[in-house]
Amino acid sequence: MQIPEDLRYTKEHEWVRVEGKIATVGITDYAQDQLGDVVYVELPEEGEGMSKGDTAGVVESVKAVSDVYAPLSGEVTEINVALKESPETINTDCYGEAWMMKVELSNLDEVDELLTPTQYAAFVAEESE
Amino acid sequence: MKTPLYHHHLQLNGRMVEFAGWEMPVQYSGVVAEHLAVRQRAGLFDVSHMGEFSFAGPQALALLQYLTTNDVARLAPGQAHYSLILNEQGGIVDDIIVYRQGPEQFLMVVNAGNLEKDWHWVLAHNTNHADVVNRSRETALLALQGPAAAAILQPLTEISLADLRRFHCAEAHIGSVAVTIARTGYTGSPGFELFCRSADAGTLWQTLLEVGGAHGLMPCGLAARDTLRVEMAYPLHGHEITDKTTPFETRLDWVVKMEKGDFFGREALLKQRAAGINRTLVGLQMVDPGIPRDGYTVLVGGKPIGFVTSGTMSPLLKKGIALAMMGIQHSAVGTKVSVDIRGKERQAEIVATPFVTPAT
Repeated sequence: MQIPEDLRYTKEHEWVRVEGKIATVGITDYAQDQLGDVVYVELPEEGEGMSKGDTAGVVESVKAVSDVYAPLSGEVTEINVALKESPETINTDCYGEAWMMKVELSNLDEVDELLTPTQYAAFVAEESE
Repeated sequence: MKTPLYHHHLQLNGRMVEFAGWEMPVQYSGVVAEHLAVRQRAGLFDVSHMGEFSFAGPQALALLQYLTTNDVARLAPGQAHYSLILNEQGGIVDDIIVYRQGPEQFLMVVNAGNLEKDWHWVLAHNTNHADVVNRSRETALLALQGPAAAAILQPLTEISLADLRRFHCAEAHIGSVAVTIARTGYTGSPGFELFCRSADAGTLWQTLLEVGGAHGLMPCGLAARDTLRVEMAYPLHGHEITDKTTPFETRLDWVVKMEKGDFFGREALLKQRAAGINRTLVGLQMVDPGIPRDGYTVLVGGKPIGFVTSGTMSPLLKKGIALAMMGIQHSAVGTKVSVDIRGKERQAEIVATPFVTPAT
């Protein structure tokens, strides 16, 4: 299972890449593996505001439905429309091509509350026991 | 509980889940790949968790005629049919397959989740003392399904599979393993179900995977079994059919033979037929994006008129499909409906089933 060192994570299995005020968000390798074949993705609208913890999207595999939560508060500046056509990219490149949304952060302090790669690895190890 | 193939599933990296008290593989390589393998080539399923009851002796036929809705007397030896066990209210206790193996020898295959209930039901109603034996633990069941199934199986057996018609079965061998080969299955693609002794299941499984490899055979889990049967609109007990739904409400009239004489549940069905049927199962296909799931509400003009009993993304159509129980006045093919998908009304349409026509 991949947990890239340059990202931050949530306990709901989203990953976050923070560059200045913009956060790119996707779901983790662990999440996509647990879901199995992803066949449908719902994303927020560009311009939509969201608070940390809000439902920001939905990822569905053949057998399961999983909410994607906003890991941080802010405004959606861009969504990965290509995912709607090829949701299976989430299974093959969850940290790359299959990013889900970019959010302009309204509260940079929230970044510090995200899990570090080490913390996330420990959390996943515990959860999969 | 574990089937005799449990360790084979682990070796193949099967993702194991609890199902009806059994530890079963839900998938190996992925649901979509396994589903498409069955539609385009072949897939191999372990369905040993299902139950097998044998009925024998001079009272066997009469007992089966009384317990089940289809006309068992019409079965010739070597023939099988789909059937139902009903309760007194006409509700469906289980859906089953009855095989006639000889003049006075029958095998009933029941759902894993209903095995105990069904067995008690059989014992409770066996007043004329037919010879009944629960063979579930000693029997393994493998399903080899897909257009390449016959090509995989034929070189392994002495019988001519071309002569084995749909819903017929024959005693045969696969190598040294004694099997009953039945041209039956739950996927809609052509194929076979193979009964063998539990002790032989590993050998049979291994042989089929080895020989089938060249034909693109894949081991398949319960998830693909479910998406395949939904594409065919085959009912699943606990979803489309339950102890509270009758065959007339679930489009299973064709396995109810009222003219054969008395059977359990017949009186209730006669009453229901006289009173009229007010709900029925339909096939739904999404017009909007989204996947309808079990329990979602179906609406017409904003008013709830039914609910989804099984739904999935069809791997073949790449669209959301579902079976739904609907008020009968809204059940016509072509009716525009919507499905409440997590609070949003999404457009769908009632379509004819099966949803797909598999390759033969």
